[in-house]
Amino acid sequence: MSTPNAPVTDEKAAPRANPFRSLNFSGRFWISLVLVLGVILLGLAGYLYPTGPGEKVGSLYDAPGAGLPLGSDNFGHDVLAVLMAGTRTSLIIGLVAGIVATTIGVIVGLVAGYVGGWFEELLMGATNVVLAIPSIIVLILISISLPQSSIWSLAIVIGITSWPWTARAVRAQASSVATREHIDVARLSGARLPGILLRDVLPYILSYIVMAFVLQIAGAILAESSLSMLGLGPSGANSLGIQLHWALAFQAVGGGAWWAFLPPTIVLTLVSFGFLLLQSSLDEVFNPRLRRGKRRQMKQAAARRAEEARQLAEQAASAPAPDTTRAGDPA
Amino acid sequence: MTLGRYIARKAGWYLVALVAAVSLNFLLPRLVPGNPVDVIVSNLARGGSITGEQQKAIYEGFVAEFGLDAPLWQQFLTYLGKVFTGDLGTSFANYPASVNDLIGQALPWSIAVQLPAVLIGWIAGNLVGAIAAFRGGNWDRSVFTSALFLSAMPYYCLSILLLYGFAVVAGIFPVGGAYSLGLTPEFSVEFLWDALSYYWLPFLSLVVVFIGGQAVGMRSMAIYELGGDYVNYARAMGIRDGKITQYIFRNAMLPQITGLALAIGTLVGGALITELVFSYPGVGTLLFTAITQNDYPVIQAVTLIITVAVLVANFLVEIAYGVIDPRIRAASAGEK
Repeated sequence: MSTPNAPVTDEKAAPRANPFRSLNFSGRFWISLVLVLGVILLGLAGYLYPTGPGEKVGSLYDAPGAGLPLGSDNFGHDVLAVLMAGTRTSLIIGLVAGIVATTIGVIVGLVAGYVGGWFEELLMGATNVVLAIPSIIVLILISISLPQSSIWSLAIVIGITSWPWTARAVRAQASSVATREHIDVARLSGARLPGILLRDVLPYILSYIVMAFVLQIAGAILAESSLSMLGLGPSGANSLGIQLHWALAFQAVGGGAWWAFLPPTIVLTLVSFGFLLLQSSLDEVFNPRLRRGKRRQMKQAAARRAEEARQLAEQAASAPAPDTTRAGDPA
Repeated sequence: MTLGRYIARKAGWYLVALVAAVSLNFLLPRLVPGNPVDVIVSNLARGGSITGEQQKAIYEGFVAEFGLDAPLWQQFLTYLGKVFTGDLGTSFANYPASVNDLIGQALPWSIAVQLPAVLIGWIAGNLVGAIAAFRGGNWDRSVFTSALFLSAMPYYCLSILLLYGFAVVAGIFPVGGAYSLGLTPEFSVEFLWDALSYYWLPFLSLVVVFIGGQAVGMRSMAIYELGGDYVNYARAMGIRDGKITQYIFRNAMLPQITGLALAIGTLVGGALITELVFSYPGVGTLLFTAITQNDYPVIQAVTLIITVAVLVANFLVEIAYGVIDPRIRAASAGEK
């Protein structure tokens, strides 16, 4: 056992030239960043686009053409304008629901993991119960019970139903951090429970929380679109799911009006893939065991090993004649 | 901890989950301001599809059926009693039809699509993920990225793309439905052959996404195991790769069993909308119609059946897990 503060000074003592280099972002990370930023830009572009999502500019399923880059939907609205507004709504719902879910999940997970004992059993029991019931079912039940749903109420409801994932992940990490020595030091120096949780436990699991948050956003966007497709979406708003709902209701797929359903489908897929890829590449940054070396580095390492093996073999071959010096310095 | 105690403990928790789910199912629709029957009947009246006399009959029928004048706890007991005797009530929208009949017609279609999708998808996904982890390199990169893409894709997005690509544009498969018009569901070669051509697209869109999700999970587990101490030790002892692979596969497989339990819930939720996209006459389409018609008894019945099915599936998976891996029984004494 080393002294409690030794590892910390060690880490501090080794400054790095460029902190971002050591994070080892993969190509995957940059692809996901481009995807996510692209979707956000699409949502923001709605503010600059001349046509509003509620303006009637055509008739039922006008094909894309002059003035209507993506044609019109079943109401005669500009599909591109509706798509931009819908993307924005979906992103807002994802963000709000993600914040709500992550906050609840982190609090429950931290307290359960740190305090332990019967309290942990109880909290985790409750979490597992909530986790076992499919969240889409709870969402459907809550949505049919709410007389009116706005995008805000929907986001909060989604957040309230999706926290157990985060709670479980945070609890596992927190209970391992809780056994470390610096916690004892903090406790001995008189820190209170909220202070310890916030300053001594939370920073160690922040990377997990960030990843869980990213997943929560993606999950919330998909949950919203599922609900909207079932006809339980926010009333009087545009979202990707509502757009698909109307496209299906008005037989856009069977009628071949691809411009009405392909754009929201593609944006939903990209946004979900982008966030998942972001999470998985962050996972590789934070968890070196998942990381496979970059190909160039692996090749170099393989070449180095081959060279060493060759030298070793030469040495062994030349061993009976001890007068020869070493086969030469490595090139 | 013995297997018996492990099962009893799990059964206890799942019983709690079941009670919670049934209570939610009972309580939430009753949170509608006023009496749910008021809302429904006034909605029906607004639709103009029924006369005033019918409306009154429906109203009184429902108030009596649910005992809405009784206190809440008594209503809950009535509800529980009905559910456990297998009586799911009467549909509001298709008035005299019983919910049991509606569910009975829809459920076989859903099971036919989802059960094979879960089983085949799980096995195929694990094989793909394990192979990707072992072989590494370009094979791993391409498999992992495409599996991640597929697993990130919402079930219904793939459904829409498949429906448009294969049915509308290419015309290989029929567009929507479960069997051709003019046929009635029966166990004849002609009908089953016809239904099979409608079956492929919904099945594919579920199984492909499911394979993606399982492959991603299996790959990370296998890579994690590859770095384990026992692998290094085995290598140092000169044990052949084939044998090590076997150990890794068995260890990486275990968490995938819990993965299956969790994936079943999402698959069932996703399948609801997949059915909707293909107008497949399963539980999802039934739920959708019920939601548009404010048909509360049908909605409640569908949500209840799905919840019970998912809970039972999860319970069985957990039991299987406990039987296969003795470490779990030992570890879950503290439920860490």
